[in-house]
Amino acid sequence: MKARFLMAAGALALSTSTAFASTLVYCSEGSPEGFDPALFTAGTTFDASSHPIYNRLLEFETGTTNVVPGLAESVEASDDGLVYTFKLREGVKFHSNDTFTPSRDFNADDVIFSFERQRLEDHPYNKVSGGTWEYFSGMSMPDLIDSIEKVDDYTVKFTLTRPEAPFVANMAMDFASIMSAEYGEAMLAAGTPEAMNTAPIGTGPFSFVAYQKDAVIRYQAHDAYWKDKAEIDNLIFAITPDASVRYQKLKAGECHVMPYPNPADIAAMQDDSSITMMEQEGLNVGYLAYNTTMAPFDNPKVRRALNMAIDKQSIIDVVFQGSGEIAKNPIPPTMWGYNEAVQDDNYDPEAAKAMLEAEGVTDLSMKIWAMPVQRPYNPNARRMAELIQADYAKVGVTVEIVSYEWGEYLSRSKDLNRDGAVLLGWTGDNGDPDNFMAVLLGCDGREASNRAQWCHQPFEDLIQKAKIVTDAGERTALYEQAQEVFKEQAPWATIAHSVVYMPMSTKVKGFKVHPLGGHIFYGVSVE
Amino acid sequence: MLRYTLSRLLTFLPTFFGVTLISFAFIRVLPGDPIIVMAGERGMTDERYQEMVVKLGFDKPVLQQYWEYLTGVLQGDLGESFVTKKPVWDEFFALFPATMELAACAMVFAILLGLPAGVIAAVNRGKFFDRALMSSALIGYSMPIFWWALLLIIVFSGNLGWTPVSGRIDLLYYFDDVTGFMLIDSILSGQEGAFKSAVRHLILPTIVLGTIPLAVIARQTRSAMLEVLGEDYIRTAKAKGMTPTRINGLHALRNALIPVVTVIGLSVGTLLAGAILTETIFSWPGIGKWMVDSIFRRDYPVVQGGLLMIAVIVMIVNLSVDMLYGVINPKIRKR
Repeated sequence: MKARFLMAAGALALSTSTAFASTLVYCSEGSPEGFDPALFTAGTTFDASSHPIYNRLLEFETGTTNVVPGLAESVEASDDGLVYTFKLREGVKFHSNDTFTPSRDFNADDVIFSFERQRLEDHPYNKVSGGTWEYFSGMSMPDLIDSIEKVDDYTVKFTLTRPEAPFVANMAMDFASIMSAEYGEAMLAAGTPEAMNTAPIGTGPFSFVAYQKDAVIRYQAHDAYWKDKAEIDNLIFAITPDASVRYQKLKAGECHVMPYPNPADIAAMQDDSSITMMEQEGLNVGYLAYNTTMAPFDNPKVRRALNMAIDKQSIIDVVFQGSGEIAKNPIPPTMWGYNEAVQDDNYDPEAAKAMLEAEGVTDLSMKIWAMPVQRPYNPNARRMAELIQADYAKVGVTVEIVSYEWGEYLSRSKDLNRDGAVLLGWTGDNGDPDNFMAVLLGCDGREASNRAQWCHQPFEDLIQKAKIVTDAGERTALYEQAQEVFKEQAPWATIAHSVVYMPMSTKVKGFKVHPLGGHIFYGVSVE
Repeated sequence: MLRYTLSRLLTFLPTFFGVTLISFAFIRVLPGDPIIVMAGERGMTDERYQEMVVKLGFDKPVLQQYWEYLTGVLQGDLGESFVTKKPVWDEFFALFPATMELAACAMVFAILLGLPAGVIAAVNRGKFFDRALMSSALIGYSMPIFWWALLLIIVFSGNLGWTPVSGRIDLLYYFDDVTGFMLIDSILSGQEGAFKSAVRHLILPTIVLGTIPLAVIARQTRSAMLEVLGEDYIRTAKAKGMTPTRINGLHALRNALIPVVTVIGLSVGTLLAGAILTETIFSWPGIGKWMVDSIFRRDYPVVQGGLLMIAVIVMIVNLSVDMLYGVINPKIRKR
């Protein structure tokens, strides 16, 4: 395998240093934590592991949040929503490497292995590579899955402890990537079980060739891929942490695609005829969460008045430098269930001031918490807080901006008696509205991820019902209603969704910006 | 010489234990719980949090944690990264050759240019050449590394296309690490053009990282030379009719070298600190960026282990400098 790659690389090297025949170089922003996606939570890791190397039973269609068949040809839910039966695809081949050549195709044993290692504490792989299975736990899978049974070699049955419609989307998430049980056994027998994480074997469109820490990751197309073979022969991740340097590399032809450009460089990139700039709203939301348990923020009219005092367009212009769009709902517009009809609170300081006075709120002093870190949904929280401070001053509200170290910030902002409104945000995991609405605004999330400490029964009833019903149309209607309730009650000021920009060489064809944030190179070609 | 070496080695031990204690305490006094930082916005349940506390050993008394860390270190075990779950030792040695290669090149660059510049400036004291050199040195010393690096990249890589933007070698060359030093491995690979590519990739980061030590060495050499040039034995040498080249190169420079060597030894610490920014900008896979990332992630084992290893390296370099004093000035080793 390596020999063949070398020959190809050698031949290319002789031609010119910047020409890559069927090699695509992606200037990635960081190093993966490892190559077993279930062990980690970072998008950078998923770009390098689950997307190129693995498949899942169900997958997100690239460029959308639609769930489509992957290694399972079909899935059927029982009427009570408790049993999901997956029919598996036959003839799917795993990769091989220097130490392992698979003797069989993918089957139900691999599915059982991939989930049971995360679920069962006595599984031989449960503690391997410090297994903490953060995403599996974070999506409540240990409580949700009652049992996983192999019906036959190509049928697997998942029994749940409660009906939960988002389970289907969860199965398309990175932690649900399918590993080879045979490879697992072989590595266990060889005394090197951590090889699952360092020398990965999957069924995905690219097989892993080599990783030089913090420098380069190399893959080659999987010849026996169950869909069409990838058009790129060699995929290389050139790890380049600095955004300005990534841009220079793109201009110099040292890479074909780069993520996360500096906002300041975007205009120049758009003017460059050798660069194609793709853009899409990110699957995220940045918000200001009031503490709805404390006066005067327990009054929805006060919250709405404060929302009307914020000039969101200025925030988009100054903080996002144009690479964002105003958020009116708690879920992003790329997500199904988004309610286009909801009207945002207009920026109207005069009306806001009058509303506050009508509610008896005068000389209000409050704190606004500014995150100490940069996030796609909030590239500069301190600046955002300053703008809101200036806006609030116009309606007679005095703001003190506070900030803490990130861990402290996350921890203290959960406190039920927290003083002030918190700037924070969320990036979606599985493209399901439940992943925003229930996690961030559900009653169970109070003193945890629900920073508004908000529990409003009409809203809660809607999202709980949407969690149980499996009909997509019915779920959409419920989430649309929930967004109307949210807007009326205003537990947050919804500020912005980031816009994701992907600059790439004009030679790159077929790339799609993925709303879930991943960078996927299957289906992409280089001229 | 042996006694001298042993006495220097003895000072090594308390420093070593001091560094283990400081590195252990340093990361713990920083605000920020590594478990909460790892969980991010997603957070975790209290039960899960408690599980993680036990798993990472934070439920034990701090002294016991330190003792376990120390006994591990003495047995060559620096622990496992919280993030990558890999042994810190393995990660360090996978990355260190890249840092060492860059630091060594930067140091050679600084010495090769800094020493002659300092000598020439001293000999031409007060003249245009002296002023120009010392002003340049001051600019070099004051220049922010990230700005200097981006400027060079934009001019030499972006506009002129003379050097690659970043990385250690052209991505189309692929061979297994033998030594971890790209200059050596590229020769061992036998691939045509690989060595040349590795050298081209080293040019800009070497200049960027070597600029501050170059400025310091040039200034130090100049002042040491000026001091020596005023000594009686230089006057005697001149009176004996020795050529200026022989006086400056043999008598003056050798005697001026002691403070210069001290500065070179101390510059190793500066180089490792400078490597943090240089490595990040040039996507150089060394220990600088690895350490910074681990501090942000509160990856205790990596911060502790990395700091300890860097401290040991600086100690070894300073020990070597001490040894070198003895070579330069035999009087020192007899003290």
